[in-house]
Amino acid sequence: MIKKRYILNFPPDSGDKPFSYHLVKDYDIRINILKAEVYPGKRGSLLLELQGKKENIENGVEYLRKQNIVCESLDKRIHFNEEKCIDCGNCTAVCFAGALTMNHETWKLEFDKSQCVVCELCIPACPLHLFEIDFR
Amino acid sequence: MSKIKTYEEINRKLKSGEAVVLTAEEVAKMAKEATPEEIAEKVDVVTTATFGAMCSSGAIINFGHASPPIRMEKIRLNGVPCYEGLAAVDSYIGATACDPDNPSYGGAHVIQDLLEGKDVVLEAWAKGTDCYPRKHIKTKINIETINEFVLFNPRNAYQNYNVAVNTTKRMIHTYMGTLLPNMRNATYSTSGELSPLLNDPEFRTIGIGTRIFLGGAQGFVVWPGTQFNTSKPKNEFGIPVSNAATIAVMGNLKEMSPDYIQAAYFEKYGVSLFVGIGIPIPILDADMAKRVSINNSQIETSVLDYGSPGTPKLGQVTYEELRSGFIKIDGKKVRTAPVSSLAKARKIADELKDWLLKGEFEVTKPIQIFPKNTALKGLKETEVDND
Ligand code: SF4
Ligand code: SF4
Repeated sequence: MIKKRYILNFPPDSGDKPFSYHLVKDYDIRINILKAEVYPGKRGSLLLELQGKKENIENGVEYLRKQNIVCESLDKRIHFNEEKCIDCGNCTAVCFAGALTMNHETWKLEFDKSQCVVCELCIPACPLHLFEIDFR
Repeated sequence: MSKIKTYEEINRKLKSGEAVVLTAEEVAKMAKEATPEEIAEKVDVVTTATFGAMCSSGAIINFGHASPPIRMEKIRLNGVPCYEGLAAVDSYIGATACDPDNPSYGGAHVIQDLLEGKDVVLEAWAKGTDCYPRKHIKTKINIETINEFVLFNPRNAYQNYNVAVNTTKRMIHTYMGTLLPNMRNATYSTSGELSPLLNDPEFRTIGIGTRIFLGGAQGFVVWPGTQFNTSKPKNEFGIPVSNAATIAVMGNLKEMSPDYIQAAYFEKYGVSLFVGIGIPIPILDADMAKRVSINNSQIETSVLDYGSPGTPKLGQVTYEELRSGFIKIDGKKVRTAPVSSLAKARKIADELKDWLLKGEFEVTKPIQIFPKNTALKGLKETEVDND
């Protein structure tokens, strides 16, 4: 069993298929919706956590892509310009998901992207503007 | 009778490679087992450091004279306004200066761009005079083309600083970072037991003329910093429990490194400059040894509510508690986060230690000690006659 987070983007022509039903029923995947947004023109974005057998998740993602849904793993959508980081800690003040934390020995920033819930608070909170997240 | 060392003796030991230099964190650990007398016997210099956003920073620049010459009366560097009231081609660019239409790029960014060797656009206007006939100039400059490029920061390295929280229902944006509603986070800024002015709280060795690490080069303390205040309440260890004294520092930006000078933009607040400062403290006697032995459990600071008018004090905590990740305010557990870089401060303390051990850096006796018993005035508003 693995757990992995994906960002899904629904183009207007992706239809109204009950994709979550299929993921659960056909691929035995447990779904946790962490964030959902709908935009004018029938476009939408979702942050999902998928839990299941590795193979099933791969096949489930494949199925989604065939439905015209853009489905990419979360870490590919988070861009962090790590080399420029000064370890000031400002971003950790707002990250309630526990993705951004300070190591209490070295006092360097640690970023566990798999914990991110795309609240996007770190983007303006970093005084060096080192974060970008493509959700929409 | 405990040992008393002079600056000359310490410098002689530094030159001959016999000196013992520790960082303030190392000496705080050592003090758990050693007495101040033993520390004074063994240790010659202790290095302290900080790397935080310091808004009261800026640079003096001399552009050189163009031909035909211009008496610059309005000056912009990459669109950022610089001070024009200094002779023909002298200027001062403040870290927080910016064009209101482009608030996220300011004086700090211009300083950083120049430091990194980038070209910056200088535009200036003038009325034209008999000796300076020119009325306009627009040209590229960089660190090589300008004559002087001097960091001059009127207020840096605060001796302690308060912890910021927000009790209101809305998120607020401050120089202490983003403060979440209902006290969901608390931010703090100094490097605690490594912080320069907390290791010499009575200013026996830090004063006008003290040689320091500034932005990766040698710089100097040139004056007490603005808002220098020695009257803040102190705890039993002689530590002021809120922001108290400050220093004004100066150094040659042409020798500095972008590793230790970093521009920043705080959302909905403005531009600031992270400045790396390291100060060596000579261990002249057991009293100085005792001062530098201070540890995070002995350094306390005040928790202030940045969401309420007058920033009321809600509590007092130690740096040991702040570093644990949580503090308690009114029985409520509040998550903490730093807003200045301890990792960088440690790097500075280590680098300064290295310079001292290699005999490349001397400790200096202040040529003038700081004033005692200073306090702060607020700005009292009085009625202005309209005529
Ligand atoms: S968007 Fe940023 S602040 Fe929010 S959970 Fe992800 S890493 Fe943390
Ligand atoms: S706020 Fe930006 S610079 Fe500071 S620790 Fe976080 S990512 Fe690094």
